[in-house]
Amino acid sequence: MIETAVQSPNSMSQQVTDQGTHLPTVAPTEVPAFKVQNLSIWYGQKQAINDVTIDIPSKTITAIIGPSGCGKSTFLRCLNRMHELMPHTRVEGKVLFQGEDLYGAGVDPAAVRRRVGMVFQKSNPFPTMSIAENVTVGLKLNGLRKRSLLDERLEKSLRMAALWDEVKDDLKKPGMSLSGGQQQRLCIARAIAVEPEVVLMDEPASALDPIATMKIEELIGVLKSNYTIVIVTHNMQQASRVSDKTAFFYVGKLIEFNDTKTLFSQPKEKKTEDYITGRFG
Amino acid sequence: MQSTPGNNRRWRTIKSAIVSALSFIAAILVVAPLGFVFFHLVRSGAGAVNLSFFTQLPKPVGEAGGGMVNAIVGTAELLGIAALIGVPVGVLGGVYLAEYGSARSNRMLRFIADVLNGVPSIIWGVVVYGLVVLRFKSFSAYAGGLSLGLIMIPLIMRTTEEVLLLVPNGYREAALALGISRWKTIVHIVMKTASKGIVTGILLALARVAGETAPLLFTAFGNRFWNHSLREPIAALPLQIFTYAISPYEDWHRQAWAGALVLIVGIFFINIVVRLLTRNPAFRVL
Repeated sequence: MIETAVQSPNSMSQQVTDQGTHLPTVAPTEVPAFKVQNLSIWYGQKQAINDVTIDIPSKTITAIIGPSGCGKSTFLRCLNRMHELMPHTRVEGKVLFQGEDLYGAGVDPAAVRRRVGMVFQKSNPFPTMSIAENVTVGLKLNGLRKRSLLDERLEKSLRMAALWDEVKDDLKKPGMSLSGGQQQRLCIARAIAVEPEVVLMDEPASALDPIATMKIEELIGVLKSNYTIVIVTHNMQQASRVSDKTAFFYVGKLIEFNDTKTLFSQPKEKKTEDYITGRFG
Repeated sequence: MQSTPGNNRRWRTIKSAIVSALSFIAAILVVAPLGFVFFHLVRSGAGAVNLSFFTQLPKPVGEAGGGMVNAIVGTAELLGIAALIGVPVGVLGGVYLAEYGSARSNRMLRFIADVLNGVPSIIWGVVVYGLVVLRFKSFSAYAGGLSLGLIMIPLIMRTTEEVLLLVPNGYREAALALGISRWKTIVHIVMKTASKGIVTGILLALARVAGETAPLLFTAFGNRFWNHSLREPIAALPLQIFTYAISPYEDWHRQAWAGALVLIVGIFFINIVVRLLTRNPAFRVL
């Protein structure tokens, strides 16, 4: 069932690069991870996303900013079809992930989410599980049984999440026994243990203290070399610190998308300028 | 406002005292019957609770002694059959309500479950009598267990639903975001998180039906001997108590009291297990 959405990596080379003017300064990669075309999303009668077209480059950190209720979370969640968990959602337009339509007929949302993982605002380690079980549960429930492979992935994921040294002697302890910042890094380890290609982050540090936030931000910078990262944040300083590209959303519309530096120093749109200078939101 | 602040306060103090006293009396009235019942049972029944009560079959009329071992075992068997029917249906029904059902179908199902919870238990006995006993032309352990199981279904369904709804949505989202399928998420994450709550609901439902007498009257019927086949009538503690209590024999009355004591201690025990389960600090749901 996973195979339905997984496609051979060589299809990446078949992609036509038409990314145009918005090439990231840091990693001018070949193909965008996501090509979003004229996307609109409704919850019942309420339109949350209005005709958004954007290319999200791969192996890059893209930040999404905007005032509350601007649709930034909804947009993030539509990249791995998590928004469908809300009843009565409707999608128009296309989301192409590595050239493949995420909303195409016969695409299994579970298969999409294996490739596009997610970290949430509130850290949510599974309360019935130990630290180790929390990291490996995604692999186990997706059918990986081999002990040695699980142990290997466990250590690798915890190391990548910069948590290994802190918990390596306590792997059997409950995941809930960790501090808030550690729990969030555990959740990041859990998300990357299934080896997705993209990690979506929905305000991953908004519930943490400054030091824990700093650690998460450092971690995001490190993860960039292996993963495409899309991060929603209401904290503009955070967006400017961690991201390569920034998209500004306002009432469901994409107002401006550019290199982070450019967007914060020379915004093209009046709305963007008003927002980043703190005139509203 | 400024007229009599002192009086005002005095009157408020009196009112407060009256209401406190009334609620205290009400609380006593709630707890007292339990104390009286238990005290009375111990006084009248403890004398007849002895080894032979737990090891011997009832003696024929006129002979002293004997026990209720067949009824004790029979109740256990009936509860087993009831659990086999009530637990899977009740738990899966609760899962449907909490995880799958649409708002409209859920409102209807909940209403029906609540109505079923209010149906007098003797009605279940009559229903099973009509559906099973008449068809197979025999009272049986199956029929008794079925009538108890039917009572358990809506009880377990509602408690399961409630504890599943207590599991924060963040866990469902976290699991689904790992690419775990919906049913695996429900079984391995949601139900596991709520497992103690689900077990509690099952135990409380068992405790509730363990003392049911009316639905067994036309289904299990009762038996003065060992039950050798689940297709035959079977003894049950509440039935035996009923039969002995309305008999004219002194000795049987004593045994009825003893049976009642054993039954209530058993139910008490289940409730204590539930208490221990729910007090565990790792128990995050409920």
